[in-house]
Amino acid sequence: MAMTMHVDIVSAEAEIFSGTAEMLVAPAKMGEVGIYPRHAPMMTPLKPGEVRVVREGGQEETFYVSGGMLEVQAHTVTVLSDTALRAHDIDEAAALEAKQHAEQALKDRTGEMEFAKAQAELAEAVAQLQTIQRLRKKTKRS
Amino acid sequence: MAVGKEIRTKIKSIQNTQKITRAMEMVAASKMRKAQDRMASSRPYSEKMRNVICHLAFAHPEYHHPYLMEREIRRIGYIVVSSDRGLCGGLNNNMFRETLTHMKDVHDKGHEIDLCTIGSKAAAFFARFGGNITAQATHLGDAPGVADLIGTVKVMLDAYNEGEIDCLYLVYNEFLNTMTQSPRIEQLIPIVATQEDVALKHHWDYIYEPDSKEVLDALMVRYIESLVYQGVVENIACEQAARMVAMKAASDNAGSLIDELQLAYNKARQAAITQELSEIIGGAAAV
Repeated sequence: MAMTMHVDIVSAEAEIFSGTAEMLVAPAKMGEVGIYPRHAPMMTPLKPGEVRVVREGGQEETFYVSGGMLEVQAHTVTVLSDTALRAHDIDEAAALEAKQHAEQALKDRTGEMEFAKAQAELAEAVAQLQTIQRLRKKTKRS
Repeated sequence: MAVGKEIRTKIKSIQNTQKITRAMEMVAASKMRKAQDRMASSRPYSEKMRNVICHLAFAHPEYHHPYLMEREIRRIGYIVVSSDRGLCGGLNNNMFRETLTHMKDVHDKGHEIDLCTIGSKAAAFFARFGGNITAQATHLGDAPGVADLIGTVKVMLDAYNEGEIDCLYLVYNEFLNTMTQSPRIEQLIPIVATQEDVALKHHWDYIYEPDSKEVLDALMVRYIESLVYQGVVENIACEQAARMVAMKAASDNAGSLIDELQLAYNKARQAAITQELSEIIGGAAAV
């Protein structure tokens, strides 16, 4: 029987694959790597591409990953897959957006306050209207 | 019969409210189940990630990542995760109270505070309360992705890298069970190594490709993001659970109010009938 290792492919939002395998091929950043059991401990980022897993018995399965990390221990291989497209520029843009949100909120920091104030004013106006209507009814009756 | 018209309209209006709260309760119940599933499915990643980080803590890389090193604290960052909507009992307020006590301790020690808020309730609260909000993300919806959080987390990580903050905390609600959620304040950076893996104690190191710095940088960012994501997902499950409980209480309350009013209404009607009868009898006796 061929030697096997435990393979886990996970993303932040779901578990994708977990089981034993004879071999795994992954698109590492420096080029494709094939991992057999008893590989030396290794860690490398992954490029977008497909991860091929040869299961016990020679059956092959492929998974697409949009990047991530590969961790290799002698008998376990973990693929930490990204769900989002990652690139320095994209991350930077996201960070900028988050900052802008905060600044925007600070600028009209009164946004929520304004709303609360408007609500209070509205409640007051409604109460006034009601009193006026009640007064009118009374004067009509009398 | 004009008896108790006010009571009747009141009962009607409470019944309408009860319909709404009951519907919200059921919606929250089904959403909670989904949120719990999501929480469960995101767990393998963060567990695997934690394992890798633990291995790393015992490996001896030539490059020491700043997230693993403690340094003198001058300014502290918080990432506060809250819900986007209200009507979920005291969930958010309990968390804010806990956060404020924590912040007060920090403040008393002479450290300053930077904030990063996730969810509109936290944004609104800290905008009102006052606080230096450097980044925020709102309206993530019921099923947020990691992509929605990258920006906010990066702002804080950049601040750490540039030495603006020296410590980072994550605040969120921990889902214990449907009835109990408790606020939790967790230290993100510097990373606290937890489990001890005895088998890996001997001297070894990974092969890093292309080099340890690049690999560790990418890994650490993902680790922090996964923790924050886990916190956000857990907070959503908490929100739905809390809303379900709150709405159930509201429905029950409406039910007992209706019962009381119904009793009052019946009494009033009975009184009116009795009075009418006695008037008729009195009238007949007088003839």
